[in-house]
Amino acid sequence: MSRRVGIVMFPGTNCEQDVAWAVTVLGGEPEMLWHGDRTVGTADAVVIAGGFAHGDYLRTGAIARFSPVMDAVAEFARAGGPVVGICNGFQILCEAGLLAGALQKNAGLKFRCEAVDLRVETTSTVLTRQAEAGQILRIPINHFEGNFVCDEGTLKGLRENDQIVLRYVDNPNGSLDDIAGICNEGRNVVGLMPHPERASEAILGSTDGAVLLRALL
Amino acid sequence: MTQYEVRIEVGHRPGILDPQGGVIERALPALGWANVSRVRVGKSIRLAVDAPDEATARAQVDEMCRRLLANPVIEDYTIDVLSVETV
Repeated sequence: MSRRVGIVMFPGTNCEQDVAWAVTVLGGEPEMLWHGDRTVGTADAVVIAGGFAHGDYLRTGAIARFSPVMDAVAEFARAGGPVVGICNGFQILCEAGLLAGALQKNAGLKFRCEAVDLRVETTSTVLTRQAEAGQILRIPINHFEGNFVCDEGTLKGLRENDQIVLRYVDNPNGSLDDIAGICNEGRNVVGLMPHPERASEAILGSTDGAVLLRALL
Repeated sequence: MTQYEVRIEVGHRPGILDPQGGVIERALPALGWANVSRVRVGKSIRLAVDAPDEATARAQVDEMCRRLLANPVIEDYTIDVLSVETV
């Protein structure tokens, strides 16, 4: 039986079909979850897809964190379920307190939409367990607010606990410590700005995202 | 009951990079103002809150800031009561 991946949609989410397609291509079964749902259904893993949830008004992810489905996602995460936030999903997980830090406007105030090289810094997470440490993955980014920030104590904790999952080889947005993705202490919640679903088939120019998404299946 | 008109200013915490402030700080000297520094860009939010007294109004707005209007990870805020009206 194939693994079911719940894909969370808010009003303004726009990458859910891409994630669903990638999950299907890789042999999993996507299951759409609406922001008003109070459960994550029968999902074995949950992905919060990218976009502009609730228009990103006030701050990215600020309104989305209060959606009923986020209580269910938090509960699923507490029980050890794999949760991955991609781009806007990463911003939402930070606002919801499921991940540390915050994402603010890119240094230079440029919207960056391009393929970038990422280095896998740890393989002991639900998303990178099939990758190799030090492996370079070429995956697209597409964001205006991907500049990861946190206070010094938080950064120290992230480093010491091996919670920095992915780093940019060439920092595109001013992110602290070149951070492209982090995980929680339980290592089952991962947020990343790059879009692995957009690098999951040869026709898209890279299949480097598949090694990440396949880990959820 | 009294209605308090409140202005909330949300800004970056000290030490947090402010990309918009940085761009403005580089643009102003180009117009001749070479004497400008410490530019910070934030948000101004105005709202009216009905409460029995000002302390209650301020306490409620403070909670609104902590829970929604500001992100304490990167932002701080100030609260000013602008006007008071009996309703």
